[in-house]
Amino acid sequence: MNASSSKSWNWSLWVGFLFALAGFFSYTFFAQFPITRDFPWANLLLFAVGGILLVLGLFRAFGKPKVYRGKILGPILAILGILMFGFFSYVFFYVLRQVPASTGAPRVGQKAPDFTLADQDGKDVSLQDLVSGSKAVALIFYRGFW
Amino acid sequence: MRSFQQKLPGLESRGIQVVAISVDPPEINRRQREKLGYTYTFLSDPKAEVIRRYDVLHRGAGPKGTDIARPAEFLIDSTGIIRWVNLTENIAVRARPQQVLEAFEEARQVAPQ
Repeated sequence: MNASSSKSWNWSLWVGFLFALAGFFSYTFFAQFPITRDFPWANLLLFAVGGILLVLGLFRAFGKPKVYRGKILGPILAILGILMFGFFSYVFFYVLRQVPASTGAPRVGQKAPDFTLADQDGKDVSLQDLVSGSKAVALIFYRGFW
Repeated sequence: MRSFQQKLPGLESRGIQVVAISVDPPEINRRQREKLGYTYTFLSDPKAEVIRRYDVLHRGAGPKGTDIARPAEFLIDSTGIIRWVNLTENIAVRARPQQVLEAFEEARQVAPQ
């Protein structure tokens, strides 16, 4: 057997990479809770822990190459981790913010434009009916399920 | 959407009716509503006419570049006056039921109904 088989497993590279993976894929889970949805604290924390462990792993691989493995795998995992972090940040902090300004939307104090639309059973419902039947109507526009 | 279903009893007990609007046709609304266990009203605006009138259209953001609604929430009182508007700057960030309740209480103090 060659010398590399006697070197120690550089666990922090792998664990760091797993944290980065978790940071990348767990937003759909954290999006269920407003506190981790509105700002991705949990995901950024996972990325941060992953980053620290990957850096530690790289220091081991290159600082103590006789003790630890990972001189080839380390940079690969680190680059994948950075790419995942970059893509996540791009989507969350750029793509999801590409929302129209809606400067012409009705404002507080104005009369809400009336309308009549079909409900889930195909029955026509007007805003007039809705507001007159309750103290207030919370009108939620959403993107849709398609 | 889910949070509004979870807090629906609290909203309804104060007389606040929750209504969702999208470009989805009624069949999809019916199916999704049943599947996800939502009990509030879902309205269908397939040509985005009302969505346009409220200026909450997101051009080309739907499947195959179709026009859809951007997320937006309005609280309208029983006289049809808008009391609170929430226009998010991030698609992932939506209004919470608590904000609607607070806006409702605030509006009621300003102009008791």
